[in-house]
Amino acid sequence: MRYLRKKDWCLVGVCILMVVAMVYLELEIPGYMSGITTQLNMPETDMDAIYHDGGMMILCAFGSLVISIGIGFIAAYIAASLAKTLRGLQYGKVQSFSSAEMNRFSTASLITRSTNDITQIQMATAMGLMIFIRAPIMAVWAVAKIAGKNWEWSMATAVAVIVVLTTIGILMVYVLPRFRRIQGLTDNINRVTRENLTGIRVVRAYNAEDYQEEKFGRANDELTDTNLSANRAMTVMFPVMLLVMNGITLAIYWIGAILIKDAGAGLDALNLFSDMVVFTSYAMQIIMSFVMMVMILMILPRAMVASKRVQEVIDTEPSITDGDGAETSSTGIVEFRDVSFRYPGANGDVLHNISFKAEKGETVAFIGATGSGKSTIVDLIPRFYDATGGQVLVDGVDVREFGLKDLRSRIGYVPQKAFMFMGTVGSNVNYGDTADSRTVEDVRRAIDIAQATEFVSSMENGVDGEVSQGGTNLSGGQKQRLSIARAVCRKPEIYIFDDTFSALDYRTDRTLRRRLREETAGTTTLIVAQRIGTIMDADRIVVIKDGAVAGIGRHEELLRSCQEYLDIARSQMSERELGL
Amino acid sequence: MSGPRHGRGPRMPTEKANDFGKAWGRLFGYMHRYRIAIAAAVVMACIGTVLTLLGPNMLSDMTDLIQEGIFGTMDLEAVVSIALTLVVIYATSSILTFLQQYIMTTVSQRTAYSFRRDISGKINRLPLRYFDSSTTGDVMSRVTNDVDTVGQSMNQSISTLVTSVTLLFGSIIMMIWTNWVMAATAILSSLLGFVFVFIVMSRSQKYFTRQQKDLGRMNGHVEEIYTGQKIMKAYGGEDSARKEFDGINDDLFRSNFMSQFLSGMMQPFMNFIGNFGYVMVCIVGAVMYVGGSISFGTIVAFMVYVRLFTQPLTQLAQAFSSMQSVAASAERIFAFLDEREMEDESEKNVRIDDVKGHVECKDVHFGYGDREIIHGFSADIQPGQKVAIVGPTGAGKTTMVNLLMRFYDVKSGDILIDGVSVNRMRREDVHDLFCMVLQDTWLFEGTIRENIVYNSRETVTDERLDEVCRAVGLHHFIETLPNGYDTVLGDNATLSAGQRQQITIARAMVDGSPLLILDEATSSVDTMTEKVIQDAMDRLTEGRTSFVIAHRLSTIRNSDLILVMRDGNIVEQGTHDELLEKGGFYADLYNSQFEDME
Repeated sequence: MRYLRKKDWCLVGVCILMVVAMVYLELEIPGYMSGITTQLNMPETDMDAIYHDGGMMILCAFGSLVISIGIGFIAAYIAASLAKTLRGLQYGKVQSFSSAEMNRFSTASLITRSTNDITQIQMATAMGLMIFIRAPIMAVWAVAKIAGKNWEWSMATAVAVIVVLTTIGILMVYVLPRFRRIQGLTDNINRVTRENLTGIRVVRAYNAEDYQEEKFGRANDELTDTNLSANRAMTVMFPVMLLVMNGITLAIYWIGAILIKDAGAGLDALNLFSDMVVFTSYAMQIIMSFVMMVMILMILPRAMVASKRVQEVIDTEPSITDGDGAETSSTGIVEFRDVSFRYPGANGDVLHNISFKAEKGETVAFIGATGSGKSTIVDLIPRFYDATGGQVLVDGVDVREFGLKDLRSRIGYVPQKAFMFMGTVGSNVNYGDTADSRTVEDVRRAIDIAQATEFVSSMENGVDGEVSQGGTNLSGGQKQRLSIARAVCRKPEIYIFDDTFSALDYRTDRTLRRRLREETAGTTTLIVAQRIGTIMDADRIVVIKDGAVAGIGRHEELLRSCQEYLDIARSQMSERELGL
Repeated sequence: MSGPRHGRGPRMPTEKANDFGKAWGRLFGYMHRYRIAIAAAVVMACIGTVLTLLGPNMLSDMTDLIQEGIFGTMDLEAVVSIALTLVVIYATSSILTFLQQYIMTTVSQRTAYSFRRDISGKINRLPLRYFDSSTTGDVMSRVTNDVDTVGQSMNQSISTLVTSVTLLFGSIIMMIWTNWVMAATAILSSLLGFVFVFIVMSRSQKYFTRQQKDLGRMNGHVEEIYTGQKIMKAYGGEDSARKEFDGINDDLFRSNFMSQFLSGMMQPFMNFIGNFGYVMVCIVGAVMYVGGSISFGTIVAFMVYVRLFTQPLTQLAQAFSSMQSVAASAERIFAFLDEREMEDESEKNVRIDDVKGHVECKDVHFGYGDREIIHGFSADIQPGQKVAIVGPTGAGKTTMVNLLMRFYDVKSGDILIDGVSVNRMRREDVHDLFCMVLQDTWLFEGTIRENIVYNSRETVTDERLDEVCRAVGLHHFIETLPNGYDTVLGDNATLSAGQRQQITIARAMVDGSPLLILDEATSSVDTMTEKVIQDAMDRLTEGRTSFVIAHRLSTIRNSDLILVMRDGNIVEQGTHDELLEKGGFYADLYNSQFEDME
């Protein structure tokens, strides 16, 4: 809530004043009603008085309408701009997050926080301003109006309020945990269905249709049972409310009859009679206010949870920030000096004392088992993470000294899993802060080097061909090639290919790397790979085992000197092919 | 007063069914076994409403009696007797309302239950063609969102509709009955207000639609940028993303604001109409009272009638919009249930008992749509032979799997196993002949045991499990788990890619069918594990006629037949040596891989 600006707080203040005015007007209405009633019961009915009261009553009602529209306007404005502010703050924060924070929150959770959670907050704010302010004021004021008028009627109203609150209370205690469980059971049924759908070939191949249906049946039974017990309980609510509303009117009239009888004929009785009519509507207002407050109290906890989740994101400080900036004279040099790394919150290091150097124009490859830390090594270069020990240097300067944009503009990074933005082939290839400086010809050339010309030209509109969100209209290999083209288009000093080539077949892999070598000579290349074939011609191969360097050298040297490398090579090629 | 609504966003624009009447007709047909219960609920709703309507009339009599006491004497006994009658009426009407809602809740939940059950069953009877051409999300949204809509909104829409209509006509009748001049006053003054409300509401619809669209854009953008965060940062795309976000955020703010504002206006308007009608009734009533044509009680009765009359009009509008969304959901559910199923094969009874594994393809033609992609493929595979399917990524290697397993049927030609056409066998009997390991390692939430044993016909002893797991190199890993075979694998099981693959191989081994379909791809598995897995795969192929989507040279070279695929077609077939000699696509493929070596 502290993200409301000063202007918004003023609006909230205005809103409260307006609510007070509205409540005043609404509570005046029964007064005029009572006036009308009294007039009607006078032996000599004064029609002018009735017109006057009636006119005032419509005026009050109209005034209250205008004010509530005003309140609605302000509430909607405050809620929507709060939502906008929070969305903007959160988005900016997430943009500044490094991989460490992204992993801590998980992407899915961040998406929910930016969308659903904020919608929740927005709704709760709007409703809160419209109802939560109004209900207590209304309740207190209405109670004040009838207080002292008649204790029997007050008692009756109090009983009604208690009945309503107890009913809602009991229901909530019974129903809320069930609704929470329903959430879990729904997830369950979704999971079973998704399993069946994603594994449909396996299910069919093993003739396991009945097995799946049985599993689904169990989930369905559980969900339906819980749904029934919760929803059936909820059906008590409306009839009880109906009964209370009807009952309170009846009770007030009944009590009124006795009171009037006791008062005996005369003016006292007349006053009692008009009080009775007025009391009924005040009592109704009081009960409704309490019901509203309880309803809001039910919605509020969810909004609180949502705002806590949003707050958490906004309060998180990114662990990686801009350096002071650095001047470099050389280009295309990457050096690791005794680098260690530990993931935040982990117990042990995943990288131990890694040192190597890549000179301008060299190709350095990393190979090793999954989980050995190859990808982590290259992640340290564009500062997705920061090394926890030692130094990573680019062009002779510690990466932490660069401005992040400056550092990253030197690097063409291609991840293991190609990522496509919604847009066109062109907008995906020519992507990033320097996009404007590149020509159509640059884009074409990048596409060509990445071996993507053939499929791009077969697409409708070619380079302007549409790419759907996540690139679902492209195959894995096609996405990977565009992802490589994106790096080429950037004309970086340093390429980082994080296991980029294993999604390509050998043939494309081969041609692509040859073209890269020919056309981008002088660019330093770092390759993480699984296939020996991809890296055997590298200037230097770094063999990684359990986060440490197990050997550095050329292919032939390593075959002789590094057992680890030999094992990997043997598992992929025959002795003859290895030239042993 | 509905229950707490869970997980609903802001007011959604009402989705329209294509054929509202037909959808509801089918829905009632679907629920026909609850027809007595529904009828009972409808009757109860009517009676309950009528009782509600009787209330004001009696209250008016009571008021008249009390009023007599102001300047004369009151017949307290008569008052009490009316009051007692009212107690009975109110109580009965509440009980009836409760019963009615209870029944309708039960009916709609049970209907949702049957829908889910039928959809789940349907999934298993649809041909794979359906799933290959639709998304998982689409089917999922029918099982969850659409069924939920039916379950949540149906009881409310039906009972609200019944009560509202009864209340509306009932109150009109009662008002006219009591006094037609007053009735006209009440109805006219309320209608005046409603015309206004409807104009506002119909204008606001476009803001709701726009809000929905903007929300969708926002979701899409946020999802894209958050998932692609690394790339965005690596390429310095922050500013352009921020610009796009700000644009969407501004649009969303505007549509949010307008729709929130407009939907918030509904309630104040209704209040005003209520008050306005009330005053009109009072004034006209007063005039008539002074003229002596009505009693004071009549005015009191009308004060309540006005409320009863304005209330159902709003409810009707809501009931119609929720009936619309029920119809739209039901339509989608029925459309899914109506999808053409695989043909019934219950009269096919050809089975092969002692399978040798001789597979023959005779002039097979096939295509997914109109375009034929396999033109007359023939091959004769002897028992125990190994067939390698090779080709670049996306060449359609799974097509062969689809045909062998009869996931799809051939256009013309035939596939024979031990001389029997697969078309003469039941699908499940064909499946029985094969065991299958796909690249996409499919595991489900359950124990390791359940995942390995899966649907095996025979009970699998722990000894057999140990044996299999040892064979695939999983045994040691499982022993280190606290619960061994009974360890539960979560949705994102903490297994490595390699272990997942080992489990699927173990599953195929336990199944033990005589023919094998195997996808060798072991991407993102480290080299040491890869070796273990390859050994396990080799063991699996022993003694089985195998179709291997091959990635390893040794497999390819050692296979008895190589099918080379390109762009969906089988472009070449033969042994390794034959194909190399031929100097075609395969030779090209093979040589490009090792050009440095030669």
